[in-house]
Amino acid sequence: MNQKPDHFPEGENFYASLRTRYRVAAIWQTLFFSALLIAIVALTALLYNVMDGAFGYVAFDYKKDPAAFTSIPMNELTKEDLLVILKENLSPGAYNKLDNERKMETRAEGELYTLFLERLVQIDTKATWSMTDSLFRSAEIRAEAAEKYPGAQLEFRSWLTPQFLTTPMSSKAEFAGVRTAVLGSLWLVGIAILFAMPVGVGAAIYLHEYAPKNWLTSIIQTNITNLAGVPSIVYGMLGLAVFVRGMEALTSGAAFGVTDSNGRTVLSAGLTMGILVLPLIIINAQEAVRAVPDSLRQAAYGVGATRLQTVWHHVLPNALPGILTGSILAVSRALGETAPLIVVGASTFISLDPASPFSKFTALPIQIYQWTTRPQSEFHAIAASAIIVLLALLLTLNAAAILLRNRFQRKW
Amino acid sequence: MEINYAIETNDLSIHYGNFTAVKDVSIKIERQKITAIIGPSGCGKSTLLRAFNRMNDFVPNSRVTGEVLLHGNNLYGRNVDPVEARRRIGMVFQKPNPFPKSIYENIAWGARINGFKGSMDELVEESLRGAALWDEVKDNLKESAYALSGGQQQRLCIARTIAIQPEIILMDEPASALDPISTLRIEELMQELKKNYSIIIVTHNMQQAARASDFTAMMMIDDNRSGGVIEFGETRTLFTRPTDKRTEDYVTGRFG
Ligand SMILES: Nc1ncnc2c1ncn2[C@@H]1O[C@H](COP(=O)(O)OP(=O)(O)OP(=O)(O)O)[C@@H](O)[C@H]1O
Ligand SMILES: [Mg+2]
Repeated sequence: MNQKPDHFPEGENFYASLRTRYRVAAIWQTLFFSALLIAIVALTALLYNVMDGAFGYVAFDYKKDPAAFTSIPMNELTKEDLLVILKENLSPGAYNKLDNERKMETRAEGELYTLFLERLVQIDTKATWSMTDSLFRSAEIRAEAAEKYPGAQLEFRSWLTPQFLTTPMSSKAEFAGVRTAVLGSLWLVGIAILFAMPVGVGAAIYLHEYAPKNWLTSIIQTNITNLAGVPSIVYGMLGLAVFVRGMEALTSGAAFGVTDSNGRTVLSAGLTMGILVLPLIIINAQEAVRAVPDSLRQAAYGVGATRLQTVWHHVLPNALPGILTGSILAVSRALGETAPLIVVGASTFISLDPASPFSKFTALPIQIYQWTTRPQSEFHAIAASAIIVLLALLLTLNAAAILLRNRFQRKW
Repeated sequence: MEINYAIETNDLSIHYGNFTAVKDVSIKIERQKITAIIGPSGCGKSTLLRAFNRMNDFVPNSRVTGEVLLHGNNLYGRNVDPVEARRRIGMVFQKPNPFPKSIYENIAWGARINGFKGSMDELVEESLRGAALWDEVKDNLKESAYALSGGQQQRLCIARTIAIQPEIILMDEPASALDPISTLRIEELMQELKKNYSIIIVTHNMQQAARASDFTAMMMIDDNRSGGVIEFGETRTLFTRPTDKRTEDYVTGRFG
């Protein structure tokens, strides 16, 4: 109140500082905007890089001339034609084996066509080009293909097809799919959620609602936060020691009558992933529980509620949207983890769908890693497609988190 | 004739860690009367009030010494169930804090968890009538309690408290967030409630204390910042002929 006026800038010219202030403001605004721009550019580059590999020109050849099997042009073959061709040209043993797996008549046209390409004409990829090259240098590519691979056909191709999603692994990139890997990843995430969510939420509730506020609690608290930053491979080692080896009888299913299995099952890997995301889930759940106002707890206690009733009827329901969102986001981290799975022992080549917790498994990141290490460029192309599938799965999980939150959000 | 007191305290002290917030309070609070607790900010009014229904149990490091007697039994005795104590001694908080549920559920919940067996609809109606809220909300009992005005919410909190049929109702500045008209309604309501309940109310509003209460406890801090009751008696006496100079200064607005 008795502030001396000369502590403030002199007021001779009322607008004197305006220019400087605008300039400073403009500089900072530009800086903030640049930061955003960098983020957007980085994300776009990432997406573009993936797309670039998954689409583009392919030069391919047939090991056997299609004309040897049929006089109909290949792109005009109908399902009936294909059935006849396959029946006539496959060895009876091979045909019966396929027929026993699933009746040939019930298979889709695309599937039969794939069999035709794979078993009879034996498509052979010579070279692939990136999407950018294919779009901007198509004349050069044509010339190059004509010179290097005489007789080969050139086609603009999307490696990401519906069949890519539904077919299992194959040693030929043209016929490989991610079905087994996607199912494996879903099993992993499912087991991780089932294990980590109850445990994580329980721990968060205990820490926030029950634990005395003393040094021991704060040490535990700090360590949970630190655990969230431990490199994932360390969790892999833990999983290997505890779940794969230590609890082999349980994780291999031997204790439940499963015989032909070892501890390297989807259950072991899922539990490892569960442990991996547990600290994140605890931290997120604590955040959600902390956001429930104290006045609500007091209101409950004030009408004679026990602590359990207060937690069960008020704290948990009100924290639920936050808990769900946090848990799903935490678990979606597990979807992309590779290192722990390698350590725990994901199968590298497997075409059998995981059918139980005691199945062998592979997962999308493992599959992607495998394919990128192959020398042939067509494997890089399907790796790029698999990355798109992985990103789509991640986005789906995140969308589910948002939907759940909105669904459970209290209307009041 | 022996007066049966609602609450009696003997040398009641309340500590937060090493700090003694309230020191050596010995008062006898009469049944079916309104007792006001007044005093400057930070003198321990809320602390004392919370000690009456063991709400301080939730404050880490808080500790109570001395006695709070309810029907001659020490509230802090070994085999007293604090949950049961809180049901028998209801509390209305400074800021209205209804549950994020419907109006109906706000009242029903407390009764249900306490094992109420009668007709819930009747209890809800009775409690809302008791809190002078029934006519305003009877057509939207299923609506969110958060849709009510602040004053209505506070009366809902009172209704919620009387639904569990306590003996004593504690109120911590229940009208401080309300406009004068809502405040008056709460005061009228208190007069109505005191027929059945003993009420203890913390207030900063001298007129309110003078107008609405039968007894008044005047609190003040000592040199160690510990609060204590420096004068306790009939409101009329305390406001017109205070024995303590500090009380006189405070109630006449010459404090500080
Ligand atoms: N949870 C707590 N932990 C530690 N000290 C506390 C706590 N709550 C209150 N105190 C201290 O106890 C003293 C009394 O606080 P209290 O809230 O009872 O005062 P009050 O009379 O209700 O004040 P006001 O009129 O402002 O509400 C204050 O010095 C305060 O700092
Ligand atoms: Mg207070």
